[in-house]
Amino acid sequence: MITFRGGIHPPEFKHLAENKAIEVMPPPRQVVIPCSQHIGAPAKPVVAVGDEVKVGTLLAEATGMISAPVHSSVAGKVKAIEPWPHPVLPTPVKSIIIEAAGKDELDCAIKPRSEAEIARLSAGKIREIVRDAGIVGLGGAAFPTSVKITPPRGVKIDTLIINGAECEPFLTADDRLMREKPEGIIQGAKILAKVLGLDTAYIAIEHNKPEAIKVMTEAAAKVWPQAEILTIKTKYPQGAEKQLISAILKRDVPRGGLPFMVGVVVQNTGTAYAACEAVTQRKPLYERVVTVTGPAINVPKNLLVRIGTLSTDVAEHCGGLKPNATKFISGGPMMGIAQSTLDVPVIKGTSGMLFLNDKKSLFKIAEEVNCLRCGKCVGVCPMGLVPCEIARMGEYEKLEQAERWGILDCIECGSCAFVCPSGRRLVQWIKYGKTLVFAERSRKKEKK
Amino acid sequence: MNSEVKNTRNTRKFIVSPSPHFKAPFSVRKVMFVVTIALLPALGGAIYFFGLRSLWLVLIAVATAIGAEFLMNLAFKRPLDSCLDGSAIITGMLLAYNLPPTAPLWMAAVGSAFAIIIVKAMFGGLGHNFMNPALAGRAFLMASWPGKMTSGWILREGLGTTSGINVDAFSGATPLGVVQKIKGIGDVAVAEALNSPETLKALFFGRVGGVLGETSVLLLLIPAVILIVMRVIDWRIPAAYIGTVFLGALLAWVFKGTPVTPWFHLMSGGLMLGALFMATDYSTTPVTPAGQWIFGIGCGILTILIRLWGGYPEGVSYSILLMNVATPLIDKYTRPKILGQRKKRKERK
Repeated sequence: MITFRGGIHPPEFKHLAENKAIEVMPPPRQVVIPCSQHIGAPAKPVVAVGDEVKVGTLLAEATGMISAPVHSSVAGKVKAIEPWPHPVLPTPVKSIIIEAAGKDELDCAIKPRSEAEIARLSAGKIREIVRDAGIVGLGGAAFPTSVKITPPRGVKIDTLIINGAECEPFLTADDRLMREKPEGIIQGAKILAKVLGLDTAYIAIEHNKPEAIKVMTEAAAKVWPQAEILTIKTKYPQGAEKQLISAILKRDVPRGGLPFMVGVVVQNTGTAYAACEAVTQRKPLYERVVTVTGPAINVPKNLLVRIGTLSTDVAEHCGGLKPNATKFISGGPMMGIAQSTLDVPVIKGTSGMLFLNDKKSLFKIAEEVNCLRCGKCVGVCPMGLVPCEIARMGEYEKLEQAERWGILDCIECGSCAFVCPSGRRLVQWIKYGKTLVFAERSRKKEKK
Repeated sequence: MNSEVKNTRNTRKFIVSPSPHFKAPFSVRKVMFVVTIALLPALGGAIYFFGLRSLWLVLIAVATAIGAEFLMNLAFKRPLDSCLDGSAIITGMLLAYNLPPTAPLWMAAVGSAFAIIIVKAMFGGLGHNFMNPALAGRAFLMASWPGKMTSGWILREGLGTTSGINVDAFSGATPLGVVQKIKGIGDVAVAEALNSPETLKALFFGRVGGVLGETSVLLLLIPAVILIVMRVIDWRIPAAYIGTVFLGALLAWVFKGTPVTPWFHLMSGGLMLGALFMATDYSTTPVTPAGQWIFGIGCGILTILIRLWGGYPEGVSYSILLMNVATPLIDKYTRPKILGQRKKRKERK
């Protein structure tokens, strides 16, 4: 079966939520919408305190080439524009706080496009629509999609991959979306392919989602027979871009490079669906599917949540936390970010909200002892690195050596730390080393 | 920007730690525990072949190892309980497994203390030793008391001769010792006796003279295969090591360089103990897959060289020690190819 080199087979825990149909969470009374929910420049607010907004009204516009606008997810009044805790960024971020009031009304700009209209859209126009809808990669990294589907001049893209691997344990949002909205995803894939000048696409799904594979195959036959559904091996991190490309096409993205350099664009299934909605419904990205799961939440669910809904409201909607909850992770257990508080909002990149306890040794913070040099991290590293060594170089700030050994190639998937018998904080030290390398680089640039 | 946050509603706090938030239930203690269990059959064999004294040698070596580790932890202000993480137990056991059955009890203590204090603790403790501590301890004992370390081969009464053959001239020799003695002489009768099915059977089950833990191929091979299947130890080093020795011995046999068959070479001496339990020590062997192949092949070549042309009848422990010190270099030059790396990396410095 199709796969990449290295990787691990962590316990999946998908059973908690995989059979829960996507439930629409009612709009909350208040939403907090950060101006920065994507990689790139933060959006600039175009509303003021006291303004009335509707669902889908533009709140802040993109600034610069790599950026994305944000839209209101409820109808109501702008209550404040102030810093608020953010699930990804370390310091509070300028956020637009909206109090919901009156009817949950859509902005008047949101109305379906006719088939004929859609057929007439040029590639450039679709890019514009995707950009104006504020669509970013919904797999977690939140890179602006319009940028990704605009390859640099002279670069020929020959393959589009829709990523339905969802290799993170616990998460089932993409799985559910594929089962419930297969036509939308395939329509979205077709639209993205058109932008890239392609007439086919791969849709890659791990073989632990047989239902999604079946439903998507049927939908593809109906909507866009040129789409090819690929069953790939269930292995973490199968859904990481470079690993996915290596598995499917046997092409290696150059070190430090991006997929377009080997002629490939990878988009998450959720992103494809959002693109479909933006083009066919004129709907900006103001809601997304989030898997709320883990041993410490009372009722695990897959929820369609408005962007900006506070985690505390989401948790309440899922029956609240169990008293033994010790960790709250935004994302999955392998690459998700630990949160200190429930005050953080759901943002565009929030694929899951995971609540853990420390009942199982699997979730406990392991005791750390010296590296045994067992080499297990080397065997599982999907990038071909020597994690035990580069982590040590990071820890002792041997930056030049760390760079030579490929510290910047690390995708921080956590496979090494997962298998480490010594409980070493490999990813932590690698991240630390990377930060120092980047700081050193920008210092050198300034000097010049 | 004013970074003060107002209007938040929650006081509930969570533990914040870097990703991943998921950890395989696989720890140093578990690894050491499993390896200790895997070494027990050979201890049973030693007691059966050489008598209860073997048990005392092992117990003293283990107790000394744990005690030495505790004292060194105290001296170096390391966590005290790490002396019970199981690694000291394994070092003690392996050291004792490298002693002849008649070795004085104090030698087990001295060797064990040397292994832990000088080779392990002085260089940074767990994972930082540059040589296999048990083998370094054995080398120290060999250098200090060579007579006691290379004689006194006995078997419990009624089990036959230590050389595995019934030739009076070689009473009290190990099978490889006999090979060493007839090297170059070309004693056909003795060679025939060594290559007889009875001798090979004695070697396989361990009914021959040798150090405590090395004699029985069976009692080492079965637990080691289980460890490999459990992925506790990697298969590359043992495969490369044993394979290389087999190939080398085969060549020597074909070209009349050795009086005994490759099978005899595989099953005699410390090859199995060394290849399965000492050359697979994590800390002193390469971490890269290619490096592990090189390590195993290097051990195999050195072992064969020592056995065929060296002054000692056996070369497993020195081969492993030599490859141990080459490990950092091997690791440096056998880094795997990084995904997306175009040309072979040019190493500077």
